Amino acid sequence: MNSPREIEIVGNVADLPTSASGPRHLVWWGNIGFMVIEGTGFALAAAAYLYLMTQAAAWPPKGDQLPGLLWSGIFTALLLVSEVVAIWVLRRARAHDANGVRWGTLVMSLFGLALLVPRGFEFAHLGVSWHQDAYGSVVWLLLVLHTTHIVTELGECLVQTAWLFTHRIGDDQFCDVEDNCNYWTFVVLTWLPIYTLIYWAPRAI
Amino acid sequence: MTPDQGQHDQLAATWRDPPGLWGFLVTVDHKRIAARYIVTALLLLFLAGMLALDMRWQLSVPENTRMSPQLYNESFSLHGSTMLFLVSVPIMEAMAMWLVPLMLGARNMAFPRLGAFSFWLYLGGVLTLWIAHAMDITPDLGWFEYPPLAGPNYSPGHRADIWAQMITFTEVAALCASVNVTVTILKMRPPGMTLARMPVFLWAMLIASIMTILSMPAIMLVTSMLISDRLVSTHFFSAAAGGDVVLFQHLFWFFGHPEVYIIFIPATGFVSAIVETFSRHRLFGHSVIVLSIISIGALAFGLWVHHMFAVGLPRLGNDFYTAASMAIALPAGLQIFCWIATIWSGRPRLDTPMLWMLAFFATFVIGGLSGVMTASAALNLQLTDTYFIVAHFHYVLVGGALFPLFGAFCYWYPKATGRLMSERWGKVALAAIVGGFNLGFFPMHLLGLLGMPRRVYTYPAGMGWDLLNQIATAGSVISVLGGLVFVANAIISYWRGAPSGPDPWQGSTLEWATGSPPPPWNMDYIPVVHSAAPLWDDEPRLPVMQGLANDHREVLITSVTDSAPIYRHKSSGPSIWPVIAALAVSVMFIASIFTAWAVPIGTALIGVALTGWFWPQRGRATTGPLGVRS
Ligand code: HEM
Ligand SMILES: [Cu+2]
Repeated sequence: MNSPREIEIVGNVADLPTSASGPRHLVWWGNIGFMVIEGTGFALAAAAYLYLMTQAAAWPPKGDQLPGLLWSGIFTALLLVSEVVAIWVLRRARAHDANGVRWGTLVMSLFGLALLVPRGFEFAHLGVSWHQDAYGSVVWLLLVLHTTHIVTELGECLVQTAWLFTHRIGDDQFCDVEDNCNYWTFVVLTWLPIYTLIYWAPRAI
Repeated sequence: MTPDQGQHDQLAATWRDPPGLWGFLVTVDHKRIAARYIVTALLLLFLAGMLALDMRWQLSVPENTRMSPQLYNESFSLHGSTMLFLVSVPIMEAMAMWLVPLMLGARNMAFPRLGAFSFWLYLGGVLTLWIAHAMDITPDLGWFEYPPLAGPNYSPGHRADIWAQMITFTEVAALCASVNVTVTILKMRPPGMTLARMPVFLWAMLIASIMTILSMPAIMLVTSMLISDRLVSTHFFSAAAGGDVVLFQHLFWFFGHPEVYIIFIPATGFVSAIVETFSRHRLFGHSVIVLSIISIGALAFGLWVHHMFAVGLPRLGNDFYTAASMAIALPAGLQIFCWIATIWSGRPRLDTPMLWMLAFFATFVIGGLSGVMTASAALNLQLTDTYFIVAHFHYVLVGGALFPLFGAFCYWYPKATGRLMSERWGKVALAAIVGGFNLGFFPMHLLGLLGMPRRVYTYPAGMGWDLLNQIATAGSVISVLGGLVFVANAIISYWRGAPSGPDPWQGSTLEWATGSPPPPWNMDYIPVVHSAAPLWDDEPRLPVMQGLANDHREVLITSVTDSAPIYRHKSSGPSIWPVIAALAVSVMFIASIFTAWAVPIGTALIGVALTGWFWPQRGRATTGPLGVRS
């Protein structure tokens, strides 16, 4: 016998729904957990940047150029526009609009791909290589960390798009789309302080 | 009313693992996975213990040449790294993974596949370090591998790379496990188990998991920076190019100091559970203990700097951190007071698990006192890098974490196996381990005060250190022999122990309300909770809810603060993808030591594995508007 104890049935959960959305959903919390982990990583990398900056006599060190503003500006603008799409898709997911999330996620994937182009040029116009000095190393670190997130998010969007176009979409998948949009927002939000650090901190001091 | 046999059989069919090796690989049963975690960690405790004996043997006489300095360096590095990264932290997570769902009356963890993934990845880290050891590329720079010694110039070869990658492995595993535990505790509590009614054990596991989430990114970051200095010539830590080695120390100890509490806080969860049960008295000051745990958790983040007093930080900083480090003694003291008050007001019963708690009190207090001594920046300068520190941290880690763990092992053993361990042999093991430990480590305080440095492979005769070292070695041997008795007792009792029944100790928490060993789905019904000690308050009948599906894996999700039922969640079943994903990550981590190509190739492999993992299962889609069952 499994339950050695006498039991007394005091309620029934059979009438509860089989899904929920937002913070009521289980997976939403898992997503938040990973955002906290990665956000902490970003914050610590930023702290490392600031630490090295305060230790250095000049920033960027003599001989290093300032990082270029053109491509990073294009990247940032594009990223901000993509956030509008992400928010729209989030709303479509909440409204359980199957076609909206299908096409919306497809557009997000295209944005993800498009973002890689200015990001590539950004690396080329940092004006310093990672093996030149500690300044170069830490700038590359920040940019690589963020790029990893763009690539991950792109992968997730592509897979999700493929699934959404080939299956009937149920409650749980709308939640998945919602989580994906939240993660997109996270990637956008983390970029702003990093952008400021890489491109504007050296110009401000 | 007694449970319904038909439902029971249906649940058995739904939650069964496939048979054989395949079932072994694909299982997502939190108890099976956690048991593997625990056994692996205990095996490593044994291996790292043998290394320790080897070192003690070397140190038992002065001017011993049996071990070369290099071999000694490798030994303490492997010993320390294994004990902290592969034994202590993982075993606490594994205990959480085993116990948390049972104590919640939940059917599995929040993310069953993530649990499996974290075990396989942990195993990857274990194999990396110990296979490297077999291949004679053992890390040799201590458990914290400071640059510049660990940098590319002073540590050629791959020893430091192995160390850095082993860290990344185990930290990713730990982070996954922590998210899993956190979300399980927040969202899968049974109806009625509000935060205020949560047993201290669950609080401890929750806080330790959140601390892990906030501190481990630091060490992943810093080891990644180290390895990129070594492999792709970045300059984070090379002073000549604007880098800074103190940055390494800051990031390392931002993790390293909380780590001690990540190990110790779960232990306080064990202590609380065991003290309550064996005193047969409700825990005195439940909310005081919870608040102490929370404040220890919060304080632990401010204190990393006390590991760097000897680095030469600004004077005011030292004063501040001295005060702050001592402040942590306050909540720790409060906790101990509450436990003692519980024992005092109860009718204590001195079975082995409870004896381990008494051993814990004594040892931990000694470790705490030597901690307060080293927390003083002035004294610290004298004591750093002497055997006083070795004595201190072994008192804290062994007394503060391992003793409670051994007690917890004895306490929950009958739940896991359905049998009791032998009390007599349990007490023999305890006496030998605790006695040997104190004999072995107490003299090291004196050795430290007499000036014997740590991390030395030998020492000259005539310093007045000889006798103390001999005593220390003898004590260690006794302690390890006690460990062998402990293990033998566990193994033999598995077959020979007296049947325990579901609730041999009359515990107060929900895990005792199900069978021993618990079935794969843990409980037939969802318990309903009215206090922090539900089994004591809801005698004789356990109030439960019915209505979860029997024909597929379903769990109940509740709200975070007041734990009100929200919806029924489909829980994932057996899957091979966690194994494949862990394999892909391992390939990337290990191969990247040797070639940069590992990164793109590994990323692609991981992409494939994750796609397979997250591809929503066919038929999982429910149709219709929210709230309508498909
Ligand atoms: C009977 C059990 C044990 C014995 C005899 C023992 C013995 C030793 C010895 C001889 C050293 C080297 C000291 C030196 O030369 O500086 C050492 C270092 C260390 N031990 Fe243990 N140990 C034991 C258990 C543990 C446990 C359970 C833990 C952790 C949970 C642990 C953690 C460490 C750490 C972190 C170091 C420092 C390594 C380093 O300096 O990098 N030990 N131990
Ligand atoms: Cu500390």
